[in-house]
Amino acid sequence: MGIAVNEWGSATDPILMLVHGGADFSRTFDAFAPLLADAGWRVVAWDHRGHGDSDHTHLYSFDADLRDAVRVFETVAGHDPVAVLGHSKGGAIMTSLADAQPFRFKAFVNLDGIPYRRPGPDLAEHQRAEALGTELAGWLAHRRRTADGVRKPGTIEELARRRGTMNPRLSTEWLEYLVTVGARHDDDGWRWKLDPSMRMGGFGPWRPEWALFRMAGLAIPFLGVLVGAEEPMGWGTRPRHVEQWMPRHGRLEYFEDLGHFIHIEQPQMVADMVLEFLGDPA
Amino acid sequence: MITLRHNRVELALHEIRAGAGRPLLLLHGLGEASPDRVPSRADTWAGPVYGLDFTGHGASTLPIGGGYTAEILLGDVDAAINHLGEVTIYGRGLGGYIALLAAGAAPDRVLGAVIADGPGLTGGPTEPTSQAVVRLVDDRHTPDPYALLELGRDLRPADYALDFVRMAVTGSDLDEPINVAAVFRPPWLAAVAAAPGVAGLDVPEALALYAG
Repeated sequence: MGIAVNEWGSATDPILMLVHGGADFSRTFDAFAPLLADAGWRVVAWDHRGHGDSDHTHLYSFDADLRDAVRVFETVAGHDPVAVLGHSKGGAIMTSLADAQPFRFKAFVNLDGIPYRRPGPDLAEHQRAEALGTELAGWLAHRRRTADGVRKPGTIEELARRRGTMNPRLSTEWLEYLVTVGARHDDDGWRWKLDPSMRMGGFGPWRPEWALFRMAGLAIPFLGVLVGAEEPMGWGTRPRHVEQWMPRHGRLEYFEDLGHFIHIEQPQMVADMVLEFLGDPA
Repeated sequence: MITLRHNRVELALHEIRAGAGRPLLLLHGLGEASPDRVPSRADTWAGPVYGLDFTGHGASTLPIGGGYTAEILLGDVDAAINHLGEVTIYGRGLGGYIALLAAGAAPDRVLGAVIADGPGLTGGPTEPTSQAVVRLVDDRHTPDPYALLELGRDLRPADYALDFVRMAVTGSDLDEPINVAAVFRPPWLAAVAAAPGVAGLDVPEALALYAG
């Protein structure tokens, strides 16, 4: 399976890995990554399987994403530690990897990818089973039709508008740019490259806070960034949810008025904060 | 052999014994494949007997790069049920766990799920643990080594398994739509066996019960 990797900056500079989130792709770093590269980092980002220019495959899972990440680390950096920034699900994946293979990390920035233990809705057991049943039926219905699934074609403006419902805080101009790098142009219009068999949400036995518990034991320099503005793709994590699980020497920054895609909303501010945290690349 | 489609995977559904009436669907254990003959404990089943090879097993597609979950195998069984209609399921090991998920997901079409001992019955830890992130030597042969790795450690918390028991019991016309015949009972299965609506008969008795 082919994994597409993008780079910014000089190949001889120290490596900084950028890890995108669910339904995103590495080119969503197009505005942010050059600011880090200009400061002396070799910035490397890859498209997760099924995303961007990486291959679509048969199966997708968190564990498979972890394994693909290790393959990229091995290829780019061998066994040397590197600086890592993970956004959203990319932050959760990197939290697991930092626990499983700490030798690969020099420093770790988790950009609004810190999950927390959501207090379950106050449901009786039969209501919980009913809710799971509904979710399950929707998921199985999706699995049944996904064999021949193709994404809906549209103009650049249409695709940008659709994505805008998930990214209401991002500008039309940016969303339209994303179409040109995250979609492909077929005879009947543009289609997002994201594998149509993938589906947001879902169900399963995984508890999001398990990644959180792993965070407490990290010994590498750690910067956690959380945001306060609510939006569909946001995780809703607030400092009070995670403070007790912070690594001993970790730092937590909170931006009340910014959203989940903080590095797209305020690329220069986030880049300056990350560069200050990471220090001199050399 | 019948070929079914589940997303990009082609699933092998074997007719092991022809017949009339409600089919018995066999689900194999982790690293196994459907048997060539009807297992002796299911020999008294009057109707046809089918065996489904899970993704990455037997004659089904070998995926590239792993990514298995028990829920994906539930999607495999869903494809088989859509083809066969109402079934009774007899699952070994991993197949027993998937039989439970299927009984919860389709209580109107799974008329009895029998969970028996077999490879992959336990699953992985139900607490966060250290995780080995490893790349395996893949010789492009079933069973897929990634299936053995990932489905040997998939998460099966007891409360999650019990949600499926509740869905099965609520949605089924049977008084006891799940039957635990397994002698070895890892925590999820011990919880299932103790739940209301779950019988504890041996395999021939349970199949006789479900045959009606």
